[in-house]
Order: sequence, then C-alpha cells, then structure tokens
Amino acid sequence: MQFESFAEFIDMGGYAFYVWLAYGITFFSLGTLIVVSARQKKKVLAEIAKKIQREERLKENRGNKQ
Amino acid sequence: MWKWLHSYADPERAYKLAGKLLPWFSAIALGMIGVGSIWGLMFAPVDYQQGDSYRIIFIHVPAASMSMSAYMAMASSAFIGLVWQIKAADWAAAAIAPVGAVLTFIALITGATWGKPMWGTWWVWDARLTSELVLLFLYLGVISLYAAFEDKVLAARAAGILAIVGVINIPIIKYSVEWWNSLHQPATIKITEESSMPMEMLAPLLINILGFGVMIGAITLVRFRAEILARNGMRPWVRELAKAEGVK
Repeated sequence: MQFESFAEFIDMGGYAFYVWLAYGITFFSLGTLIVVSARQKKKVLAEIAKKIQREERLKENRGNKQ
Repeated sequence: MWKWLHSYADPERAYKLAGKLLPWFSAIALGMIGVGSIWGLMFAPVDYQQGDSYRIIFIHVPAASMSMSAYMAMASSAFIGLVWQIKAADWAAAAIAPVGAVLTFIALITGATWGKPMWGTWWVWDARLTSELVLLFLYLGVISLYAAFEDKVLAARAAGILAIVGVINIPIIKYSVEWWNSLHQPATIKITEESSMPMEMLAPLLINILGFGVMIGAITLVRFRAEILARNGMRPWVRELAKAEGVK
C-alpha cells in the first residue's frame, strides 16, 4: 500500500481532481456503453416480435374476408 | 480447417458460439481490470517526477493502445467482409466500431486530464493528439455510414471501405511521437528492448492493457449477437427466439 490513510489515497498527492476525473469518466462511459449494448438484443427481439404479431393479424383479417 | 472455420459464418452458429464465449470474456475482463486498476491506484510506487498524477497511465495507455487494436480488428473484419462476402464479418465490424469510438474518447479525455497537471494544458494540436482525434472521427464516420443505409449489405460495403482507407492513420498515430516533435512522451513499453519502467508499475499496466483487450472482446460479442438477430429477423430460429423472449 502506497498511502498511509484513506484520506491520503483520495487526495492522490494533490492530484485528486485530475486522477478521479480521468477514472470517473472512463468507468462512466464504459458503463454506459455496456448498458446500451446489453439492451440492444432485447430491443431487436421486441421489434421482431411486434412484426410477427402484425403479420399474423394481417393473415387473420385476410381469412375473414373470404 | 477452413471448412470448420466457415461453418461459424452461419448466423445461428455464430450467435450461439458468441453466447458461449461471452461469460468467459466478461469474467476475465472484469477480473483483470479490477486487479490492474486497484494495483495501479493503490500499490504501484509513486513516480519520482509526476507524483501520483501518473496513475492515470493505468487507464490512458490501455484505452489508447486498444483504440488502435480495435480499429485494426474492425478494418480486418471489414476487409474479410468485402473480399470474401462473409456477412458475419461485416456484422462483427459494425459491432466493434462503437466500442472503439468509446475507447478513443476515453484515451483523449484521460490524456487531457493528465496533460493539464503535467503540461499545463488540456489540449495541444500536436501530431499524437491530433491523429488520435482523427481516429475518433474515423470511428464516428464508420458508425454513421453503417447507420445511414437501410440496405445493410450496401451500408457494410460503404462503411467497410472507409474503415480500410482509415488504416493509414494507425501508423501515423503510432510513430507520431518519433516523426515529429511532440509534447507527448514516446512509448515506455518496448517489445524489443527493456522497458523504461520498473516492474511494479509495468505489471499492473500490462494487466490493464490485456484486460481492456478482453473487455473489447466481451462488449463486441454482446453487440455482435444483437447485430446477428437484427440482420436475420426473417429466419425461423430468430422468429422463435423473438416469440419466446421479445413479447412483453
């Protein structure tokens, strides 16, 4: 351990603002990317499911007319 | 061997293989980045010139070097897709692009927050920084070209050509610190000679570089799977999956 106390660790030898800004933005943007990427699959499947439902409704209506 | 490899160009098999690999990639990436970052932040020795501000290196260098590796991976995929007309390669390229763009963004931002305390400025228009900014624009160009066409075969061709032409920027980034005078320091990790860095600093850095690489793999797998589903919406296996999981 390079730091004597937790407060010293947070202070980063006086560079707290720059170090934590860098780490903060890094993990925030990676987190956002991961969440957006993980949601993609659900969105795509929901769209396809909607399309299938629409197709089935069309098929039923066509059947009623005849 | 080629026959075996070729079977993974089949969308369903590629989708399943990506799903099988994903938990391993995620776990390894999480472990390595966790260890590398905590080691770098808490246990690596203080730099005698830069004090604790140098600890930004443990994310800056991995993000910057992997932003270039990701670009090469994307361009190679795009090349395979263009030449051999393997659609799965086009989808892989489309999956990597946003990941690479975020990494490039991180490399630029962490570079700025390191530059401010050390150089006294957030930004300078020198060769290394400018060429890395061009890399970000190349990624954004590839992403928007792919999104601009309704016909994704055409979209992949257009985006792929831009990706391949943009490869010229990669050696420019890599050698910019040697070809031109730059505020940016030259590479500290050398493959052919001894690195100008003690082992206690080098080890967490290398762990994080590898960790970032595996993380790109993991996020790309997630996006690749979604891309396969989106491009194969008419196939029976995707429709079954949509019926099972897509309905709320």
